[in-house]
Amino acid sequence: MTDSNERENEKMETSVQSSGLADVAHAAKRREPGSMPMGRGLEARGVHAWFGSNHVLSDITLDFAAGTVTALIGPSGCGKSTFIRTMNRMHEFIPGAAMAGEVLLDGRDVYAPGTDVTKIRLQIGMVFQKPNPFPSMTIGENVLSGLKLAQLKVANKEELMEECLVRAGLWNEVKDRLGAHGGSLSGGQQQRLCIARSLAVRPQVLLMDEPCSALDPGSTLRIEETIRQLSDSMTIVIVTHNMQQAARVSDYTAFFLADGGPGAMIECAPTSEIFSRPQDKRTENYVTGRFG
Amino acid sequence: MTPDAAAPAKREITTQPRRSDQVFRAIVTSGGLSSLIILGLISIFLGYRGFEIFRHEGLSFLTTSDWFLTTDDAGNVLDSHFGIAAMLIGTILCSAIAVTIALPISVASALFLNFYSPGWLKRILIAVVDMMAAFPSILFGIWGFLVLMPSAEYWAKLLNRYLGFVPFFKVDPPIFTRSPFVAGIVLAIMIIPIITSISREVFSQTPLDRIQAAYALGATRWAMIRAVVIPYGRGGVVGGAMLGLGRAMGETVAVYTVLNIMYQVNWQVLFGGGGNIASLIILKFGDSGPYEIKALMAAGLVLFFLTLIVNAGSDFIVRRATRVKK
Repeated sequence: MTDSNERENEKMETSVQSSGLADVAHAAKRREPGSMPMGRGLEARGVHAWFGSNHVLSDITLDFAAGTVTALIGPSGCGKSTFIRTMNRMHEFIPGAAMAGEVLLDGRDVYAPGTDVTKIRLQIGMVFQKPNPFPSMTIGENVLSGLKLAQLKVANKEELMEECLVRAGLWNEVKDRLGAHGGSLSGGQQQRLCIARSLAVRPQVLLMDEPCSALDPGSTLRIEETIRQLSDSMTIVIVTHNMQQAARVSDYTAFFLADGGPGAMIECAPTSEIFSRPQDKRTENYVTGRFG
Repeated sequence: MTPDAAAPAKREITTQPRRSDQVFRAIVTSGGLSSLIILGLISIFLGYRGFEIFRHEGLSFLTTSDWFLTTDDAGNVLDSHFGIAAMLIGTILCSAIAVTIALPISVASALFLNFYSPGWLKRILIAVVDMMAAFPSILFGIWGFLVLMPSAEYWAKLLNRYLGFVPFFKVDPPIFTRSPFVAGIVLAIMIIPIITSISREVFSQTPLDRIQAAYALGATRWAMIRAVVIPYGRGGVVGGAMLGLGRAMGETVAVYTVLNIMYQVNWQVLFGGGGNIASLIILKFGDSGPYEIKALMAAGLVLFFLTLIVNAGSDFIVRRATRVKK
């Protein structure tokens, strides 16, 4: 009890500090007892990233309020993917990778000493650019693979499998062949399978790294619908090169740019504002297609 | 010409390769064929030299174990019988023990090298493992005889005491030295480098996106390895094990040094007696007359085919395992 009170206090503090992004409406969408898990807010505080001596990301401070969808846009090589990979600590797998700053999940630093990194990745799920289902597992096993990998137990696996596939918008297409191999699906279906897989461990945050870049328009649309539905119950951060997609799915949009030096965030605002009246000239040039 | 006037005649498509390409093709083709020719010549040679024995002994060459030859003073063969059942069983037994011991150790070291060891240690260990593969087998044999055997005897007795009810681990006259068990351990140490380096190679080719997918789902390193790396590398590990098995079956000096050669089928791996085909050949080769040499050639041919069968089998397993994956 006291623990959750503390957490709420921290949350109040951080939402006061936050840069206007976590507006009151979203902050009010907190988890109520017995309701669906609402998703937790995620905050980046002065995040830098390096690969060896190459400084690729400079001083990103950005809030992702609970239950919102934030799109990260910007030209290739501006550090968007690197940035979201620092959030669930996937960044550190690359040899020579380093970071600075803090990433707070529900007010707690995910890089704090003594943190169980596997727990962090359970709470902050990730969907990759290229669909990567486990080829040695069936469709059903793929959905539940996270439970096996993290050694979690659930009462009713069938129910969870169906729920996740329904939420990922894949259930109707695969319900008759859950025993088939994951590799037998089309690219778009594989990507939705990967989304279903990340939902099964019930993350509070879902990071999506260009999830539709390898897919046809039809599959892209299905995944965008999925994202909209998921945003009711979790915080979503999506990297995309498709500005229409950012406009369609996101509440907030952050524009990243590497202007010769390390990647930096130029501005972040509600999506409609970024596309209609951006504050920065460079953002305007980018969203109107003048470069990038 | 053609009945369908609308469709044009199909053109014949030809290419004129450049001279450099032709030369290169000839070099590569002769290289590829030469290994096939050498293999063929060896089997023809062994078959030719051993043919008389096969005709004389028939199937009993494979099913019986007596090996004797009596000659008169002039060197004429009076009576003889050659059977390699004991050696055949011994070959399979020793190499099976070797693979059983070596496989888990090799897979564990390959996983350690790929996923756990820091970079500097990894480089050193890879060099050490490669050096181990090139180590002369006589040294393994001497080490096995002088160093390993005394301590292996203790382990053999322990196994016998607690698992003696299993026929394999029974020891009838209590002789624990120079057993197939000890030979198997020596062979295991010899084939660990091969299986390790092949396993390491296949494990290191595990697609990164699958590894990341597992980690992103909250997997621990071990859970990731079990779910992603091992299913991916299974075929390659089996192939490596089969290659190791092939080497263990053909190993001569190390087995000869350690094992007590005995012309009797022995399934009791802890009992001090056994043999393998290669060690029989080296044991007999020096003081054999022309007729016995023929028998050794026949034994060699059997070993040759046994190795071929194992390699073909491993090839089949690897190919099937890799086909299932994609």
